[in-house]
Amino acid sequence: MKQQRRNARTGLNYLFLILVGLIMVYPLIWLFASSFKTNADIFGSSRLLPSTYVWDSYRLGWQGTGQYGFQDFFINTLLLVIPTVMFTVISSVIVAYGFARFNFPFKTLLFSVMIATLMLPNASVLIPRYILFNKLGWLDTYLPFIVPAAFATGAFFVYMMIQFIRGLPRDLDEAATIDGCNSFTVLTRVLLPLCKPAIFSVGLFQFMWTWNDFFNSIIYISSVKKFTVSLGLRLSLDTSSAVSWNQVLAMSVVSIVPCILLFFFTQKYFVEGISTTGLKG
Amino acid sequence: MSVGRTLKPRKNYNHIGLLYILPWIIGLLIFQLYPFVSSLYYSFTDYNMVTPPKFIGLTNYKNIFLHDPDFYQSLKVTGIYVLLAVPVKLAFALFIAVLLSAKLKGIHFLRTVYYLPSILGGSVAISVLWRFLFMKEGIINSMLTKLHLGPVDWLGSPDVALYTLGLLTVWQFGSSMVLFLAGIQQIPSDLYEAGSIDGASKPRMFLKITLPLLTPIVLFNLVMQMVNAFQEFTGAFVITNGGPMKSTYLFALKLYEEAFTFFKMGYASALSWIMFVLIMAVTAIIFRTSNSWVYYEDGGDRS
Repeated sequence: MKQQRRNARTGLNYLFLILVGLIMVYPLIWLFASSFKTNADIFGSSRLLPSTYVWDSYRLGWQGTGQYGFQDFFINTLLLVIPTVMFTVISSVIVAYGFARFNFPFKTLLFSVMIATLMLPNASVLIPRYILFNKLGWLDTYLPFIVPAAFATGAFFVYMMIQFIRGLPRDLDEAATIDGCNSFTVLTRVLLPLCKPAIFSVGLFQFMWTWNDFFNSIIYISSVKKFTVSLGLRLSLDTSSAVSWNQVLAMSVVSIVPCILLFFFTQKYFVEGISTTGLKG
Repeated sequence: MSVGRTLKPRKNYNHIGLLYILPWIIGLLIFQLYPFVSSLYYSFTDYNMVTPPKFIGLTNYKNIFLHDPDFYQSLKVTGIYVLLAVPVKLAFALFIAVLLSAKLKGIHFLRTVYYLPSILGGSVAISVLWRFLFMKEGIINSMLTKLHLGPVDWLGSPDVALYTLGLLTVWQFGSSMVLFLAGIQQIPSDLYEAGSIDGASKPRMFLKITLPLLTPIVLFNLVMQMVNAFQEFTGAFVITNGGPMKSTYLFALKLYEEAFTFFKMGYASALSWIMFVLIMAVTAIIFRTSNSWVYYEDGGDRS
C-alpha cells in the first residue's frame, strides 16, 4: 500500500520534471527547427516542424550581409576568447596558490577585498576603464578583454581556484619541498596536475561568458572587421530585410552550437564549478 | 630561546606569497580601484572624451535628480524588474532543485536540461530567440490563439513588455538551482529519518529542515542575482531597445546611452555612482535582515 503510494508519487515527480523540462528546452528546439522554415512559416504557425524545408538559410546567413561574413566573426571571437581564457586560467591559478598556501601580511584584509570585488557592479568601473583604454589606444582591439584577464581581475575564478587548492592535502607540498622543490615547482609539478578539474571548470566558464559576452563587446569593438559572433548576429538582426528571418535564426543556432556541444561534453565540470562557489547566470 | 619569543610567537610569514598574488594586486589597482575612484571624480565633471574634463561640482547629480524624467523612469522599471524577477527566479530554482534532488534514474540528464538555458545566458542568440517567440505573430501567440486565449502583445505593449523580459531571466534559473541542489545534498539524511519517525509530513519537513538549512544559500543567491538584475542589459537592448514607451528602459540602458551614444561621461559616471549606492543599500538591507532569517549551524556570527 505504502510502496504503491510512493511509486505513484515518484511517477508524478518524473512526469512533472519531464514536462517542465520540455517547456524549458522547447524554445531552443523551436529555434533549431525554425532555422529550416520559410519566412512565412516562422510567423503565425504553431507547428514545430517546417511545412517546407529551406536548406540554404545556413549558407546564406553564413555569408553575412556585407563585406564580412560569419567565418570572420568566428575567427575574431576565437582570437578574443582563447587568449582571454588562457590568461584567466594562468593568473587565477598563480594568485589562488598565493592565497591558499602562504601566510603574508594583510592576507585576511586582501582576501576580503577580493571577495568584495565579486559584488562590485561592473557599471561602477565601466566608464573610467573605457577612458583608460581609450588613452592607452586599446579601443577597437581585444586587449580590454585579454589584459585584465592576465591580472586575475575575475575574482570569481580566483575564489574557485582557492577553494579547490585548499581541498588538496598540504602533506603533498611538504613532501615535495623535502624532495627539493621550491615553492614554484611545488605549484607546477605537484599541484597543477591535481588542479585539472578546477582548471577545466574555470576555463569552461570563462569560455562561455566571453563567447556570449555582448555588453563589453559592443562598447570596446567598433569596426565590423573586428566584430565577434554576438556583434555580427546583432548586425544581421539590424540589417536583415523581412525576407531573411530564417537566416538570422540559422546564425543564432550557429552561434550557440559551440557552447551547447561543449556544455554537453563537459557538464559535470559546470555543476562542480558552480557548486563550489556558484555565481552569475 | 628568548622569553619574548615564547610569550609572543611571531607570525609565521612567508612573504613569497605576496609575490604570487602580485598580479592580482596590480590588476586590482589598475582595473578596479583606480577606475572606481576616478569614476567618482568624473561624476563631478563635464567630460565628452574630446575636451578635457571640466569640474562642475554637483551639477550632474542635480540635473539627474531634478531635470531628468528618464532617470526616474529607468529607476522605476529597474525596481520592478529586480523585485519581480529575482524572487520568482529563486523560488522556481528552489522548487525545481528539491524535485531534482531525488535519486531517480536519468536525473543527471534532467539536471543538465534545466541548466542549459543558463549556460547560454545573456547571449544575443537567446535575445533573438525571445524576440521571435514573443512577437505579435510569434509562436506563443499562435499557441494561445489555439487555446482561445487570444493574442497578447508581449513586446509591443508597455504594460507587458517588462514582464516578458523578466520571464527570460526566470527561464535562466539554472545556476541558482545548482547551488540549491548542492546545498540540499549536504543535508544529513538522519535529520529526515528523525523527522519521518516523528511522523512529519513532506511539506512540514521541507519547512522545518530543508528550508532553514538552505537559508545561507538563499542569502547568497539573493545578493548575487540582485546585483546581476540591477545591471541587466542585453535582453532589453536587443529585444525591445528600451521600448515601447520606455517601459523596458532599464538603468543599464540609460547608462549605456548617456555614455556611449552621447558621450556624456561625467553624467554617466554620476549615474553609475547612484547605481552603486543603490545596490550597496539594498545589499546592506538584505544583510541586516538576514540575521533574523538566515540559520547558521554553528550558531553564527551575530556580532
